[in-house]
Amino acid sequence: MRYSGFKVIKEALTGHKGWTPAWRDPDPQPSYDVVIIGGGGHGLATAYYLAKQFGGKRIAVLEKGWIGGGNVGRNTTIIRSNYLLDGNEPFYEFSLKLWEGLEQDLNYNAMISQRGILNLIHTDAQRDAFTRRGNAMILNGADAELLSVDQIRARYPFMNFDDARFPIKGGLAQHRGGTVRHDAVAWGYARGADSLGVDIIQNCEVTGFRIENGVCKGVETSRGFIGAGKVGCAVAGSSGRLMAKADMRLPIESHVLQAFVSEGLKPILPGVVTFGAGHFYCSQSDKGGLVFGGDLDGYNSYAQRGNLPVVEDVAEGGMALFPMLGRVRLLRMWGGIMDMSMDGSPIIDRTHIGGLYFNGGWCYGGFKATPASGWCFAHLLAKDEPHPVAAAYRFDRFEKGRMIDEKGMGAQPNLH
Amino acid sequence: MIINHPLLGPRDAQEFTYLGDASLIDRPDWQAEDADRKFYEYAYLRDNPAGLHRELWFHEQGDRSWLVVTRNTVTHEITQVELARDVARARGRSA
Repeated sequence: MRYSGFKVIKEALTGHKGWTPAWRDPDPQPSYDVVIIGGGGHGLATAYYLAKQFGGKRIAVLEKGWIGGGNVGRNTTIIRSNYLLDGNEPFYEFSLKLWEGLEQDLNYNAMISQRGILNLIHTDAQRDAFTRRGNAMILNGADAELLSVDQIRARYPFMNFDDARFPIKGGLAQHRGGTVRHDAVAWGYARGADSLGVDIIQNCEVTGFRIENGVCKGVETSRGFIGAGKVGCAVAGSSGRLMAKADMRLPIESHVLQAFVSEGLKPILPGVVTFGAGHFYCSQSDKGGLVFGGDLDGYNSYAQRGNLPVVEDVAEGGMALFPMLGRVRLLRMWGGIMDMSMDGSPIIDRTHIGGLYFNGGWCYGGFKATPASGWCFAHLLAKDEPHPVAAAYRFDRFEKGRMIDEKGMGAQPNLH
Repeated sequence: MIINHPLLGPRDAQEFTYLGDASLIDRPDWQAEDADRKFYEYAYLRDNPAGLHRELWFHEQGDRSWLVVTRNTVTHEITQVELARDVARARGRSA
């Protein structure tokens, strides 16, 4: 069923009796050409693009719980492509371009809002670094603009420009960045994939891989064995747990990142603002809640909740930047589990096991990457070779010294 | 989280900084035949378990000792705290 304004009016006049489920609830077949583990944004996008762009047939997405119940529903919904390094920027710019056409492509309202993202500058050295980053972005076809204090003041007059420790001296803006209704991304891709014949199988937990002579023949699940020509894993956050079933150790640690939403307010914050020096970033949802977050808790965790010290740290960062926040009450807070990789960049690659493919290590940048991650993983699954913009996301880059370390932190996942 | 320091008693985890898996104590032999492979695995690969995890914490805001904390990564419950020095000595890693 195509969604349209006409359809909404027609249904409104006829008692809303004509809406049908957006996707089927099929039982698993005995085998598929491609089985994708993980019904989150990346897994569903992979299935969608595999069926749509690469002619994939007989595809299943296996999800342990319900689709969109993991990190695609636990992030702070920001999209951007403001990366520095050659291994990253073309990939994220490809992703942002896919975001720009996503709603038309999926015929689904994902509330994509290019309201702009602003990274604040506090020192001359930071201005140099951001100037370089902006130039790298422009060289890769993205947009970037270095803003003066006056330009920022015109748009965000309520910020604390004269903080003693971190006075605002400028900012790097990407006007095409913004926010998305995150659940709609999962639902839109699910609906699109389903309409192309992909079986989305929920409540189906993968309990093991059937590997014979170094080749993966399928997966054992809570709903029985499912054979597969190829198996793609897209379960970032739980990659360590899943790949351990194939006896793989990964260059990844799982960490918890907290996020927060305030009570609904009138429109006060027009774009996304990041205050890296103060470990705080914030946007305002269309419902009015301020959506914000900060740093990782910093220790390995699979618990989808964090601890109080980081809550305090984020609140302090918020108060330092937006003193007006003082009387705003917190509505919700939660934690999501991040695949923190050893260089802060993701992995989309084959494994040493035949027919087994891996997509993970997204750190806390997975949401914005969803379309390109799906497209590039589908490309890898269909053609057995990496997509050009994801060619650097290999497992062996650590062994070969080709890290993509945006922050220059080294092999210390909680610092990326 | 409260870390029950073997010398100082219960201390707030905020006083500590976190390094990672306690297997980092077991630095490979740099003269071994396969040292490059071993150092790659040592530096970059992790078990990353969901459940009990032995990990290194540094008491930076305290007595600056290194601890090996056994903690459940699913519940955050801490079940054992040892001085890293004692752990390393028991493994023949320290004088």
